[in-house]
Amino acid sequence: MNSATVRNLLVRGMLAGLAAGVLALVVAYVLGEPNVDKAISFEEAHSHEHEMEVVSRSLQSTAGLATGVLVYGVAFGGIAALAFGFALGRVGRFGPRATALLLSGCALLAVYVVPFLKYPANPPSIGNPDTIGKRTTLYFLMMLLSVLLAVAVTILGKRLAPRLGTWWATVAAVVAFTVLIGLAYQFLPVVNEVPKAFPATLLWRFRLSALAIQTTLWAGYGLVFGELAERLLNPKPAAAANRRAVPAAR
Amino acid sequence: MAQTVAQPTATTPVVPAKLPLKAIAPWAVFFGILMLVLLYFVGAEQGATSVFNGTDVHEWVHDARHLLGFPCH
Repeated sequence: MNSATVRNLLVRGMLAGLAAGVLALVVAYVLGEPNVDKAISFEEAHSHEHEMEVVSRSLQSTAGLATGVLVYGVAFGGIAALAFGFALGRVGRFGPRATALLLSGCALLAVYVVPFLKYPANPPSIGNPDTIGKRTTLYFLMMLLSVLLAVAVTILGKRLAPRLGTWWATVAAVVAFTVLIGLAYQFLPVVNEVPKAFPATLLWRFRLSALAIQTTLWAGYGLVFGELAERLLNPKPAAAANRRAVPAAR
Repeated sequence: MAQTVAQPTATTPVVPAKLPLKAIAPWAVFFGILMLVLLYFVGAEQGATSVFNGTDVHEWVHDARHLLGFPCH
């Protein structure tokens, strides 16, 4: 249990992130890309300016998409592995696999779903280029706020657990998170730059596919990394079980 | 007779050993920052801010940026 273990977890986390990224890429290509193409058709039909193509559509929707999704998977895989190293044995009585899956679920919520509910993913043709700075700042702010609050209420829950018991401490932590995020939703500025003629169903489908990509990514990561971490931290569980079973059999 | 004796469950829940914070910290600082730089290049480079001139990075990860939920343009 030292620095080498952390390095090992980090490597496994990045590999698990890559594997989860491959799964997410399949979902992005199959479910997401058709919506991107339709949104671009809408954009071309409603725009008078003709944009110069720097990277062709066929590259953007394949190699470009793959680069983005895989780098995203590896990066978050590494960060989540470090968070896992911190959470293991500290959040509760969960083994490596359960800790990894729990962490992935929380990461999906804190990193993606909570910011998404305030500033959802948008297809091409939505969003005024002049406000890109403001929208980017708000999105990253919302993400940072959500992650920091998730960490804070987890620590709060741990502190409350001896007094309230695990159940009510967890309920209190989740309520605190919900209230604080609700306040952030209320006070952060609204962004709505959807053109009037943009098809509502296309927007809905695009956002659902964006959610599907993230759900695949984090579920895949939780399962793959959990298994890799379990094998690293609890090697040969079968042998250990046999050792324990021998005295009882006599 | 022997087979009716209840076997103790193979795994009793134990709290896994904690990794010392001192072991995590150096990795978290260096790799944490590296990973955040990667996320920046996927999510925001040549959108709101630019490290490199042009729009090549933006255009290359264009679809990923939209589908991963980042504001693109």
